[in-house]
Amino acid sequence: MTAENVLPVGVLLSSLVPALIIFLLPEQRHGTRTALNLFAAVTKLVLTAVIGWGVVHHRRYETRVRFLPGADLVLHADPFSLLFVTLSAVLWLATTIYAVGYLEGSPQRSRFFGFFSLCVASTMGIALAGNLLTFFIFYEMLTLSTYPLVVHRGTPESLHAGDVYLAYTMTGAALLFAGTASLYALAGSVEFVAGGSVGPLVAGHRGALMLIFFALVAGLGVKAALFPLHGWLPLAMVAPAPVSALLHAVAVVKAGAFGITRVVYDVYGVRVAEELGVMRPLAFVAAATVVFGSVMALAQRDLKRRLAYSTVSQVSLIVLGVAIVGTVSTIGGVVHLVHQGLMKITLFFAAGNLAEKLHVTRVDQMRGVGRRMPLTMLAFTIGALGMIGVPPIAGFVTKWYLGIGAIEAGASWAIAILAASTALNAAYFLPLLRDAWFEPAETQGGILAEEATLSLVLPTVFTATLSIAAGALAASGVSPLAWAKLIATREYQP
Amino acid sequence: MRGVPWLELTILAPLCGALLGLVLQRAVAVLALVSSLSTAVASAGVAVLVARHGTIRRSVGAWELPLGIQLRADGLAALVLVAFAVVGVFITAYAMVHFEPGSRAARSFFPLWLFAWTGLDALLLSSDVFNLYVTLELTTLTSVGLVATGGDPAALSSALRYLLFAMAGSLLYLLGVALLYGAHGVLDLDLLGAVVTRGPVTWGALALITCGLALKAPLFPLHGWLPAAYASAPVPVSALLSGVVGKCSLYVLVRIWLGVFGVPLGRAPAVLIGVLGAAGVLWASIVACRQQRLKLLVAYSSIAQLGTIFLVFPLMGRAAFAGGAYLVISHACAAAAMFIAAGTIEQVVGHDEIDRLDGLAHRLPLTFVAFALAGVSAMGMPPSGGFVAKWLLVRTAFELHEWWWAAVILIGGLLSAAYVFRVLRGAFVPAPITETIRRSRASDLLALGLALLALALGLAPDLPLALAAQGAPS
Repeated sequence: MTAENVLPVGVLLSSLVPALIIFLLPEQRHGTRTALNLFAAVTKLVLTAVIGWGVVHHRRYETRVRFLPGADLVLHADPFSLLFVTLSAVLWLATTIYAVGYLEGSPQRSRFFGFFSLCVASTMGIALAGNLLTFFIFYEMLTLSTYPLVVHRGTPESLHAGDVYLAYTMTGAALLFAGTASLYALAGSVEFVAGGSVGPLVAGHRGALMLIFFALVAGLGVKAALFPLHGWLPLAMVAPAPVSALLHAVAVVKAGAFGITRVVYDVYGVRVAEELGVMRPLAFVAAATVVFGSVMALAQRDLKRRLAYSTVSQVSLIVLGVAIVGTVSTIGGVVHLVHQGLMKITLFFAAGNLAEKLHVTRVDQMRGVGRRMPLTMLAFTIGALGMIGVPPIAGFVTKWYLGIGAIEAGASWAIAILAASTALNAAYFLPLLRDAWFEPAETQGGILAEEATLSLVLPTVFTATLSIAAGALAASGVSPLAWAKLIATREYQP
Repeated sequence: MRGVPWLELTILAPLCGALLGLVLQRAVAVLALVSSLSTAVASAGVAVLVARHGTIRRSVGAWELPLGIQLRADGLAALVLVAFAVVGVFITAYAMVHFEPGSRAARSFFPLWLFAWTGLDALLLSSDVFNLYVTLELTTLTSVGLVATGGDPAALSSALRYLLFAMAGSLLYLLGVALLYGAHGVLDLDLLGAVVTRGPVTWGALALITCGLALKAPLFPLHGWLPAAYASAPVPVSALLSGVVGKCSLYVLVRIWLGVFGVPLGRAPAVLIGVLGAAGVLWASIVACRQQRLKLLVAYSSIAQLGTIFLVFPLMGRAAFAGGAYLVISHACAAAAMFIAAGTIEQVVGHDEIDRLDGLAHRLPLTFVAFALAGVSAMGMPPSGGFVAKWLLVRTAFELHEWWWAAVILIGGLLSAAYVFRVLRGAFVPAPITETIRRSRASDLLALGLALLALALGLAPDLPLALAAQGAPS
């Protein structure tokens, strides 16, 4: 039992234990619950920082428990898991503060925060999973722990959204299960290692490996909202704003994209996947989703639905970067995992503030809100411009690397996709910004500064700042970009 | 440790409890609890012995084979013995809460249940086809009695139907045994396995025995008696039938198959059983989705889970075998938990109609948590014993390149998610009254304990699987 063996479990337990305690706390103990949540989130950040320092210094962090024949439970920290863990840990802290303010006075908070922490614990497990079976277990724990959050309000609408969510994700789970089990049957054991591990099987089992790849990606694609498996995501918008923020930026959608990246790079290995000829179809599906999501976003009148389709589109940029074979595009895809998270959570926080304070839920109600809620709208603007790809916000870095990567890999068609995405992003975000800042307010009431409460504004501004920092300081050693470079180089080492 | 006759004690402890319970009717519940706990201790003793020393054999009354009766405990028997004993203790405790002390129902329930348990343990430890018959009869007949303890006309008529099916099954089974004995002159499983050859007698015996046990198990499409029997019986009876006793015919079939028929007859009959099992999984799951009453839903869910266990026949091999055993024990916990939760709901609101349970979870939070956790295992989602079992079975199917069995299991899992969440979604509807109902928490805690056991089986499968592998066929 060394620190190297214990720390990965510590990261997991730092949200699992609070989840269990919160379930047992009586509903009225709001103060205790908030304190526990914050303490846990900070603990997780500290643990993550320690592991991050260690990984930089080439320490190996791994916890291994005997589980089933040929399949241990493994938690380990490689640079890629750390990227996702850090993102989740930081955004969990922000979302917790936000959720405490957002749910002030609403019923069933004990249940909400319990499942919320469980959700984050599952995400930690997904990030740290060291083999495919461990990944699957946490991935499905995430499915189960998110359902109560989606249906939290208990209205017929949210129950319907929950049904659709389950229908999609459970089917995805069955596919992923089939793919995982058959890969274990074929390979004996499937550990995540840079460069993949199924290479030796290609000679004898080409067809089977291709089928398994598509089963795995289809299973993961449900959560990643790849077209045509995205149908649940816009409906899930009925959930409370912090849930949407978490779903889109950290937990569910991101877990799908993270999983696809793992499968491509650390199960199959990019060379093997390329040789099997599965990368091109994946890239095409991702490209189609990028365009489709943007077009659909343009058609939405409901603000949160527009943001939801924007997620469909933006998350596929990650998959696109991953599926185009080349170091630079990989960097672009992997770094977007973080960038999209920061920007999208900002947008959802801001949208939540607007709905909460001004009851603005539709895109045609945005006139003049900039003057009424300047901080919120400033954050929203940063997120929106970042999504379009305006420098120096994080989204620009993504698109830059994706573009260069596409050219380098000889996939210049992807440039057209990026251009289309940028144009469409601009088309559905810029009119909102114009309305918000340059049109007079609809109501006569208070003109200036009706900002939401501090616990709502603070996280919003915080994540907006991070979105700028990730872009502006991209060249520094601790930026998401630097990590993404480290990850990509490992994957492409011969 | 070795000196203690643990094997015999697992049979004697419930037997003594049952007999004393008939005499000392006032103390019947306490007696039942004491004898349940003793049985559990003895079962644990057997498990420890088997884990340390491998398969254990004991000749009863020092009569040696082929004349005497031999008790035998291998890893499978020990695992199932312990799991059933643990679930059995929970059910006894729940029955003490459920039945009014000293009532007529209590006085008939506890002795019958202990007799059934006696038969069950003897069955698990039997090593010859005739003793399997006798113990199976003891278990079945007492189960029929248990179903009838409800006392109302519905319970009596479904008990009668159960009896007719069971008798027909026994008759067929006994004919098969007679054929085998006539041809070979031995009854012991190992001895029979050594002499049985491919031929008309063996085929005839196989057909008779399999049909007989399929009637009692029940295997699709012979399940007609089960839903009514489970749903009309008192809750503790439903819990113990679906969780524990309902698995014994299947166990006998596996035993005989492994010991006698498996090798000489090839795969065709095993595939036939698998096809029927698969049909049962799909059909029962779909019917479960359409049920209006919670107890019926759980009953059909049990048929579907049994169907999945039948898939070990075509998948026969070490891993599938372990998967089947694991499904037996995790379903024992999950089904008992679900029935107890359903019973609590029925007791509190006076009905168990699924569409009228909206918002009830705010008043019965623990009940719904127990149902949900047990549901996770029934769906085969991680982390749960059901998931481990599903993993072992599905992986084996892929190893054999027979993906269709995997597809059946996965589709069955999807359908079970559909019916479990049909019950759970109502829990999120806001309720006008949010106070929890003031009443005894004991039944909730018992259901929760069982559900947590099903969950725990998914966290540490290492130990139980190692036990099951003791003396298992490779």
